[in-house]
Amino acid sequence: MEILNKFKGEKWKNEVNVRDFIQNNYKFYEGDENFLVGTTEKTDKVWSKCSELLKEELKKGVLDIDVNHVAGVNAYDAGYIDKENEVIVGLQTDAPLKRIVNPYGGTRMVYSSLKAYNTKLNPEIEKIFPYIRTHNQGVFDAYTEEIRKARHAGLLTGLPDAYGRGRIIGDYRRVALYGIDYLMEKKKQEWDAPITCDMSEDIIRRREELTKQYNALKEIKDMAATYGFDISRPAQNSKEAVQWLYFGYLAAVKENNGAATGIGRVDTFLDIYFEQDLAEGNITEAEVQELIDQFIIKLRLVRHLRTPDYDELFSGDPTWVTCAVAGVGENGVPLITKTSYRILHTLKNLDPAPEPNMTVLWSQNLTENFKKFCSQTSIESDAVQYENDDLMRPIYGDDYAIACCVSAMRIGKDMQFFGARCNLAKSLLYSLNGGIDEVKGGQIISGFSKNTDEVLDYESVKKEYFRMLESVARIYASAMNIIHYMHDKYAYEASQMALHDTDVHRYMAYGVAGLSVAADSLSAIKYAKVKPIRNEDGIAVDFEIEGDYPKYGNDDDRVDNIAKEILSKIYSELAKHKTYRDAEPTMSVLTITSNVVYGAKTGSTPDGRKAGVAFAPGANPMHGRDSSGAIASLNSVAKLDYRNCCKDGISNTFTIIPNALGHSLDEQKENLVNLLDGYFVQNAHHLNVNVLNREMLEDAMENPEKYPLLTIRVSGYSVRFNRLTRKQQEEVISRTFHEKF
Amino acid sequence: MTKGSVAQIESMGLVDGPGIRTVVFMSGCKLRCLFCHNPEMFKLGELNYTPVELFNKIMRNKPYFQKNGGVTFSGGEPLLQSEFIIEVCQLLKKENIHIALDTAGVGNGNYDEILNLVDLVIFDIKALADDSYKQITNNNINESLKFLKKCQKLNKKMWLRQVIVPDINDNETYINELAEFIKSLKNIEKVELLPYHTMAKDKYNKLDMPYRLKNTVDMNIDRCKKLETLLRNKINIH
Repeated sequence: MEILNKFKGEKWKNEVNVRDFIQNNYKFYEGDENFLVGTTEKTDKVWSKCSELLKEELKKGVLDIDVNHVAGVNAYDAGYIDKENEVIVGLQTDAPLKRIVNPYGGTRMVYSSLKAYNTKLNPEIEKIFPYIRTHNQGVFDAYTEEIRKARHAGLLTGLPDAYGRGRIIGDYRRVALYGIDYLMEKKKQEWDAPITCDMSEDIIRRREELTKQYNALKEIKDMAATYGFDISRPAQNSKEAVQWLYFGYLAAVKENNGAATGIGRVDTFLDIYFEQDLAEGNITEAEVQELIDQFIIKLRLVRHLRTPDYDELFSGDPTWVTCAVAGVGENGVPLITKTSYRILHTLKNLDPAPEPNMTVLWSQNLTENFKKFCSQTSIESDAVQYENDDLMRPIYGDDYAIACCVSAMRIGKDMQFFGARCNLAKSLLYSLNGGIDEVKGGQIISGFSKNTDEVLDYESVKKEYFRMLESVARIYASAMNIIHYMHDKYAYEASQMALHDTDVHRYMAYGVAGLSVAADSLSAIKYAKVKPIRNEDGIAVDFEIEGDYPKYGNDDDRVDNIAKEILSKIYSELAKHKTYRDAEPTMSVLTITSNVVYGAKTGSTPDGRKAGVAFAPGANPMHGRDSSGAIASLNSVAKLDYRNCCKDGISNTFTIIPNALGHSLDEQKENLVNLLDGYFVQNAHHLNVNVLNREMLEDAMENPEKYPLLTIRVSGYSVRFNRLTRKQQEEVISRTFHEKF
Repeated sequence: MTKGSVAQIESMGLVDGPGIRTVVFMSGCKLRCLFCHNPEMFKLGELNYTPVELFNKIMRNKPYFQKNGGVTFSGGEPLLQSEFIIEVCQLLKKENIHIALDTAGVGNGNYDEILNLVDLVIFDIKALADDSYKQITNNNINESLKFLKKCQKLNKKMWLRQVIVPDINDNETYINELAEFIKSLKNIEKVELLPYHTMAKDKYNKLDMPYRLKNTVDMNIDRCKKLETLLRNKINIH
């Protein structure tokens, strides 16, 4: 442990405590971006090879599938892109972009994916499939009739019941700082500790999981050995630190196919090793940037095997390798290091790309230099999201990271049970239609009668709606408990949980979609005259609206308070239910790209939205209804209550045309900084920033080959524009572009 | 109480003054500029805001003003409602909010009080000669020159703007005249040439008003930029 003696601090040397290591050793960087350098020849070679492969993948949909193995931490031979030029190594399988077959979430997903790409499993592998009991089987054995109906109708959508749940962030830094052997020893000590209470189900499960974690650590070590590295000991230098950390992450994406698998928060941690080596003259800036560039290249190559249905929900093959940078320490000192810059700089060195999902933890107290650099990176790449560190730090401390898009967790201490989302707009229609689905027909929820009023009355509609939300919450909570019980049982993420404290804090992460539609609908009923148009069965299939009404997104309390009330109601209902493993209930307002599919499954709504029309993404106001300018729109979203209600995140996507942001790049940079400061100082949570022209997107829709690299931010992640479905492209273009006339 | 007629509020104006600005478009204007893109604001509309109401609305956006942003009163012609604006400005000043006035300088003749409250005047030059001013605005140039003189006397910081329209003023001769004129002024911080565009045609149609420049095309943006650089070089303000 030679290198460890060079680093300061004591606590982290006696226990697993990465935060303590960071706080004792990191060097706050106050300067600007002028130290940054371009790529090395090696990186250019590796990246150009990848670029070719990525082009081929885009043409074929999937480049290759390994049909001879089943997912596992150490199930594949070592694989390389361009061995002699790779300074960081390791691929999910034995070749780049070759995808893993993972049956543990569910075999149906595997078969339909293979069928979609005209591939078959190796018969030897297929033989074992009947003996694998999957998460999906477990879930459907336990689902109630009510849950099945709600799922089928699209009241609950995107539930992780057929594939990995994801959203777990291992503390991959631990691999570098301590080496695997120390981590194994710690797990063993916990396993060996005497049991003084009765052998309850909880204790038994804990012991079984500890064993799984211990074994997974061993597998990570063996996997690294296939690449010629001994990671049983701590990393001794910059290169090893990056490589060790990456092996930890790589194990996670070999073992699991979770929707979102973030890398965590690694900038300040890695910077400590870089600074040490730079100071001793062991490495040059070009070599440090090379490590980061090549590390990022690896993160860009992560893939999972998905069905075309899944792609429709979440377009562009996203893996949400969310990478949080910067933020401020609990002592008020920014956690900005040169490596915070270096990571963002990859968007320039390589090219703008959706992964990793670059997430700046924004604080009023970040340096002006860094703020401007982020702003410039946003303007040039459209690939950065911002989340309010000043809002999250008091809750999560200063060593948390983001999973997926907006879900904060303390690294290595919290995990979450991902819960997709329920449809708030459809719930409203159910309350008007006696629990019958307005699109598919059929009784989904019982105990409600059809509204027969000629003109809808606000108070009575709201009363029934809120009563409906109680039923929705009950069904949703049941579904979540079943899903995560089975996931733990049949698709436990041992390699990731091994890089957590054993007794983690769990969140039950519920979500909602269609907030703006629901809020505007109630506002229309309250302030205008809304007459339902009913079919012969008495189902409201359309609505006639007389007069105008306040619309969410214009900083108008009359409707913004309705949005807040809806969130508060659904959350308090969800929170009433017992959760699996006593997880703490939280909720997000986030749709990712599924707002298109949710809209497609939902009939016409009282706000004037027609059947099938896409919802606004996340917490965004409905397209074109935020007509008072961008700030009024931001102010409406900023009112939603993160702390007490939506602690799993409130996603807002903001698009502005470059000319409206200012005349010169300097002006644009400064204006964007002011915009972010102004938004976040009001306790807003998240903002995706796109600076682009509608005309360019329209052109890109017709001539995709002209814009191979065009990256935009959708709800919570970035995507290559040409990988969105046509419908999603149209939806993005129909969104409000803030422009000054 | 004085009430004002506000046609529209843009919560994020980034081009009408420094930083992020709330732009308040006041309705009513005496001029009838050929290239006006806000014809719906010609007439004074309904008196729809009290000073406090408008002030409260602006205050919602204060977090975004930061070091350099603020409020811009535009229009229409804000000077036609100076009493109302003065009351709003008195409230804004207590909150240290930066105030800009985007004007053609054709109001009711009483400018001292309002000018004492504003931090920046964004002044629209329509034309330099009496006859072309009349042709473009359908008004006499004197009122605007009187206002400009007042600004100079009170040492107001100023930005100057000129819309560049093909075949009307998109020539170097005019730019030279403009340069000479600007050189005779003080406290000029910025000069902008705005390219004429035809996007307002629809508005005229909807309002059933004749569009008088129907044969004029959009001003070429690059050409306009070149003229602007030329002008800025001549007056040495960048």
